[in-house]
Amino acid sequence: MASQQNHADAHGAHDGGHGSLKSYVIGFVLSIVLTIIPLVLVLNDIVEGTAAKVVLLVTAFLQFVVQLVFFMHLKEESKPRYNLMSLLLGVLLVLTIVIGSVWIMTYNKVG
Amino acid sequence: MLDNIKEFASEFFVTGDPLIYGADVSIGLAMIAIITVLTYFKKWGWLWREWLTTVDHKRVGIMYIIASILMLFRGGVDALLMRTQIALPDIQFLEAEHYNQIFTTHGVIMILFMAMPLMFGLFNIVVPLQIGARDVAYPFLNSLSFWMFFFGAMLFNMSFVIGGSPDAGWLSYAPLSELSHSPGVGQDFYIWGIQISGIGSLATGINFIVTILKMRAPGMKLMQMPMFSWSVLSSCVTIIFAFPILTVTLALLFLDRYLGAHFFTLDGGGNPMMYVNLIWMWGHPEVYIVVLPAFGIFSEVVATFSKKKLFGYKSMVFAMMIISVLSFFTWLHHFFTMGSGADVNAFFAITTMLIAIPTGVKIFNWLFTMFRGRITFTTPMLWTLAFIPCFVIGGMTGVLLSVAPADFQFHNSYFLIAHFHQVLIGGVAFGYFAGLSYWWPKMFGFKLNEKLGKWAFWLWNIGFYVCFMPQYFLGLDGMTRRVSEYSWDMGWGPLNLVSTIGGFLMGIGFLFQVWQIAHSIKFMERDTTGDPWNGRTLEWSIPSPAPLYNFATLPQVKDQDDWWEDKQRKQQGLPSLKTPQPIEPIHMPKNSAIPFIKSLCWFVAGFGFVFDWLFFAIPGMIGVLICMLVRSFSYDTDYYIPVDEVKRTEAALRGTN
Amino acid sequence: MQERKMRLSPREAAHTEVGHGGHSAGHHGHDEHHEHEHESLKTFGFWLFLMTDCILFASLFACYLVLHGNTNGGPTAEELFEMPGVIAETFILLTSSFTSGLAVLAMHKKNLKGLITWLAVTVLLGASFIYLEVDEFLKMVHEGATISTSAFLSSFFTLVGTHGLHVSLGLCWMIGLIFQLKRHGITPVTMRKVNVISLYWHFLDVVWIFVFTIVYMMGVM
Repeated sequence: MASQQNHADAHGAHDGGHGSLKSYVIGFVLSIVLTIIPLVLVLNDIVEGTAAKVVLLVTAFLQFVVQLVFFMHLKEESKPRYNLMSLLLGVLLVLTIVIGSVWIMTYNKVG
Repeated sequence: MLDNIKEFASEFFVTGDPLIYGADVSIGLAMIAIITVLTYFKKWGWLWREWLTTVDHKRVGIMYIIASILMLFRGGVDALLMRTQIALPDIQFLEAEHYNQIFTTHGVIMILFMAMPLMFGLFNIVVPLQIGARDVAYPFLNSLSFWMFFFGAMLFNMSFVIGGSPDAGWLSYAPLSELSHSPGVGQDFYIWGIQISGIGSLATGINFIVTILKMRAPGMKLMQMPMFSWSVLSSCVTIIFAFPILTVTLALLFLDRYLGAHFFTLDGGGNPMMYVNLIWMWGHPEVYIVVLPAFGIFSEVVATFSKKKLFGYKSMVFAMMIISVLSFFTWLHHFFTMGSGADVNAFFAITTMLIAIPTGVKIFNWLFTMFRGRITFTTPMLWTLAFIPCFVIGGMTGVLLSVAPADFQFHNSYFLIAHFHQVLIGGVAFGYFAGLSYWWPKMFGFKLNEKLGKWAFWLWNIGFYVCFMPQYFLGLDGMTRRVSEYSWDMGWGPLNLVSTIGGFLMGIGFLFQVWQIAHSIKFMERDTTGDPWNGRTLEWSIPSPAPLYNFATLPQVKDQDDWWEDKQRKQQGLPSLKTPQPIEPIHMPKNSAIPFIKSLCWFVAGFGFVFDWLFFAIPGMIGVLICMLVRSFSYDTDYYIPVDEVKRTEAALRGTN
Repeated sequence: MQERKMRLSPREAAHTEVGHGGHSAGHHGHDEHHEHEHESLKTFGFWLFLMTDCILFASLFACYLVLHGNTNGGPTAEELFEMPGVIAETFILLTSSFTSGLAVLAMHKKNLKGLITWLAVTVLLGASFIYLEVDEFLKMVHEGATISTSAFLSSFFTLVGTHGLHVSLGLCWMIGLIFQLKRHGITPVTMRKVNVISLYWHFLDVVWIFVFTIVYMMGVM
């Protein structure tokens, strides 16, 4: 098992780099800012309705990216990028589950 | 006091049906027999050390296969009981309630406790050997997966004699499965049995993805990997993304039943249709999970017994990977009739039809592999040859079902039953049987008897068509699934009788398989070559059964079908491309009792939740947590096999060559 | 792995960290390589587990989105949610994600003390998050809004509760890890464990962002 390390592409397993203090601080500041923006905009009714939803979802998605890049160091993964591939497939299926369910169930509302 | 006990016992144990009393007696006798034999031959220690605590993928695989054959027996008996009840109109063999239980357990057992473990068994035995690895990526987790499956299956099967079986269909649609409609414990057995084994399946999925992506022998590129390993990869990708949905669905159903939540209830704002939506988001990929590895087996078998390289290797790989992703986009075709809009139905009809394309590609690949090949008709090859027409018909009827407007006619009729049995028996069961007889010599060091195998094959194959072809017509005549009785004037009698005869033919086929195994254990010669079929892939390059560490030195791979190319070079008198490697100490995982104990704790906890006995459930959960802690704090989990021990083992194994 | 191998000095451990680059076949004797590859194998498996957990949360989100309008005459999201507490929870969890990152940073500098301190800070922040969440739940239950009140509340409590359960498990795990770090120091095995738990912690932060956005913000909007 563990003695199997000499393969063509075994090194992809290394979890990339581990960032620097700078990247962590940038990530932290960005995530705080991306939390404050929707709070200010939505709770003070500066944007409403669909626009508010868009602001909320976009900032949430950006936060997700910030965590991936600055905290989880996804960018630094070495090839082949199995982590990235599985993440992309995961995101695709997450969206399929959520959007698919909502779409299908709009026709089947009760209560 | 005595009355209380009597009352408790009459509710706790299933009573009143002579069939079940018969089963009680046989279960009791079998248990006594097992205990007596183990004690008499002083085999308890052996059982514990060599099997229950093993982390060796080959042994885990064998245990999976034994369990799945037992489950095949139970699921098969369920099927024959059903076929007997509806063989002719107005038969009073099973009561309606009992019939409901039997079709429920038949479905659950065949898919989750027969097909899945048989598949995992083959994964375990073949994949590490095929890719030149010494074990799976996480041997401890692998053993845990097996025991979770095993105890989950035991919990589910227990409902047969204790508490009462679930009877809301194999997917237990809400609201029928809710407390309001199924107040008994059967449904709770369903939830916990599947939940516990499902966690194991999820872990297996992760385990094999990592094994395949990260532990291939030096030099083996992904695009040189044997096709079975590719099929395992695609199946596991589907597993890890589908099984969490099942976990959630069952957990929510449990919350409904246990805490009075309102996810799928009729009152409180719940929406039972959401259950149907969720369960099929797992249920549809599940079908592909079990069939993809069968495609892999056929690819190996076809190439080996046609003595040709697999035709269209790349297209096969892409077809499999596309199927595993596309399988997540078709779930609604199981409930076209639920009443979603035309746009929804149209979308899912199209995605469903799209899946037929990669599947068609594969069929042509297999046909072209055989084209101008030197075919030998061994049992594994026969299963493969029978699979192709069977799966084509099953696939075509599937395309018929995918036409949403037409589906309103076919939905829940015997047409559907015939369709999915055709793909599941013709595809999955035939595939696994092919795999079992193909890799049997690798597991045990002797072949299965060919003559008996061919008898079994013909009985299964003929029995299959006799059983299921009439069902298409019954479906078109309006016979719906799950009816336990019908009257003479429906006109379904003759076709049903034919179908039942076919069912029993398959039952006899199973008996022949058991006989084949028993006979072969006793009489078949040992295979000393390790390569009885003149195989193409790495698993045939080592002795059978493989030593604990599989490969004394890791193979260096240069080609697709590396072992075959190696043999060809040797035959032509060319020098081998490989430089001999020195044997070095081999790093191996130690056996562990934790997987067994932890799964047992899950079993206890599950049993407690089923009966709402917190004095079982809480200690069970605490046991699970303690096992996790103990494992996390133990750092001494591996050891080295010294060089001279490896040399001694190799000499003993290869000395007979 | 033998005990001897487990107690790598920081320098040796650093060697394993850089030494994974260019070794060819036949290095079986090099235990540091073994260990490093072995551990990175486990990290990849854990990443896949996180993907499965994404799907688990996706299913719960789907349920919430489908059922959140079905209040069965009970309280609605707008009536029930109290944003100050939720906003506090959000900032606490964001900060803990940052501090768990600092723990990893300290680990790579072979600073055991810093590593344990930052992990402990993360545990404290996580515990205060859980405290606020339990408090919020208890208040709701007190007002008669329970899991069996309506489909909306069933899906709310299950989604948010599942996240809370994940955080709680993470806390127990982190505490256990602190003890292991004290006993074994920074070794390839404990390094992998710290890496894995920090991945887990960032992941839970991401899930919370979506809980915060979709459940709370859209609920009171």
